[in-house]
Amino acid sequence: MRSLNTGDLFYLLLAARWTVLLSLIAFAGGGAVGLGIALLRVSQARLPRWFAIGFIRVFQGTPLLLQLFLVFFGGDMIGIPLGAWLSVVLGLSLNAGAFLGEIWRGAIQSVPNGQIEAARALGLHYGARMLRVVFPQAMRIAIPPTVGFLVNLIKSTSLAAIIGFVELTRAGQQLNNATFRPFVIFGLVALVYFVMCWPLTIAASRLEKRLALAYKR
Amino acid sequence: MSRSGGSLPARADGGAGIARACEATALCSAAAPKAAVSSRAVPRGAVPVGTSRMNYIFHFGDMWNARDEFIAGTLMTLRLSALAMVASLAIAILGALARTSGPKPLGLIVAAYVEIIRNTPFLVQIFMIFFGLPTVGLRLDADEGALIALILNGSAYTIEIVRAGIEAIGHGQVEGAMALGLHRLQTFRLVVLPQALRIIVPPLGSQFILLMLNSSVCAAISADELTSAALDIQGRTFRAFEAFIVAAAIYFVLSLLFSTLFAGIERLAFGKKVTR
Repeated sequence: MRSLNTGDLFYLLLAARWTVLLSLIAFAGGGAVGLGIALLRVSQARLPRWFAIGFIRVFQGTPLLLQLFLVFFGGDMIGIPLGAWLSVVLGLSLNAGAFLGEIWRGAIQSVPNGQIEAARALGLHYGARMLRVVFPQAMRIAIPPTVGFLVNLIKSTSLAAIIGFVELTRAGQQLNNATFRPFVIFGLVALVYFVMCWPLTIAASRLEKRLALAYKR
Repeated sequence: MSRSGGSLPARADGGAGIARACEATALCSAAAPKAAVSSRAVPRGAVPVGTSRMNYIFHFGDMWNARDEFIAGTLMTLRLSALAMVASLAIAILGALARTSGPKPLGLIVAAYVEIIRNTPFLVQIFMIFFGLPTVGLRLDADEGALIALILNGSAYTIEIVRAGIEAIGHGQVEGAMALGLHRLQTFRLVVLPQALRIIVPPLGSQFILLMLNSSVCAAISADELTSAALDIQGRTFRAFEAFIVAAAIYFVLSLLFSTLFAGIERLAFGKKVTR
């Protein structure tokens, strides 16, 4: 057992970079998956719609930790050893995809049907209809809950510690094992997360209020 | 990997709880020679080393043999979730009242508590409680630590739900009731409560399911719940995929079950016009 020093503080901050990077990559991956899921979910055809519903149900109805375990071991099982980093990225992306897909489905469906019919009457095909008519209107509604979800995603990256990937929480554990000052160390770890998450929380609630105001008129 | 043997050293040197949880993962993932013996991918040594492992054969026999552990884990998960939900609801009602109609400093403290809990990961909160409280003389076992963490975490979210329900009822409602000659208790019982419950109950149902799924993180300190059970079983049988699939399926069924149950309760209590 040794005492804490300033080097340890830097160690935590350096590990926090991995938390940020992991969050960003998982958000990008989750965004791609989520967009696909949202589009399938609002599709006219039954099969894609059912697939999207099933995907969302499964990922929202099971613990994220088990999803990460399953990706980690599942990759091994089919002969593609993913390692901790890739498993966590993949697992978080799939999970985020389910949540973002559900959020964005609501946003897409909030665009009045008349808009889509008018776009169709104007001869816009599917891509142009979505890109130029539906998405710009859905975006307004989608942004506040998406920012709110980002907070969840950042917090979720802490589970990478259980798989063994060294990010902020895992670094805190390592320091705690060496120095055994749990309140100080995990307090600092929590503080770093808080500094990352709180601005986003505030932004999400402000955006939400502004949106609610816009719809009141 | 016996449970009773594992949890004692976990307390002794702080990090061993998680190390124990990861020991199993490291066992099945790391070194190639170990992996070949572990039969994680090649059951009964049927496929020579180096060939494709796509032909994995599921083997649920060991899972069936471990059914008692799965059941015990599931019951513990349910017990932790139910206790945490009831306790956090009680705390939340007090907290929401303090927030909406208590003295200002108290309201600020509650608000700070809610923000701190909601903007930090549950895993860090668990570590803080499980490793931190013993250093100030409060000895906890893993299940107690898990329960305390779940209550502290859950009540922050529940406070917000209850507060939203109380704040959604307009002042005019209360004034109207007073004008009709209802006294305070009648106003609360006949006007405020029925409307507030209508707003509070649906999100409380989802909160319970989220709490139950979140309780899997308690495996990090080896609480005796379902995910820990799955970790123990996979560590013993080397059947990681099967163990986690069974556990995930149990969580899935539980969450479907509870969401159906809560929807039914809402319909019974509030009629069909429940607006979500």
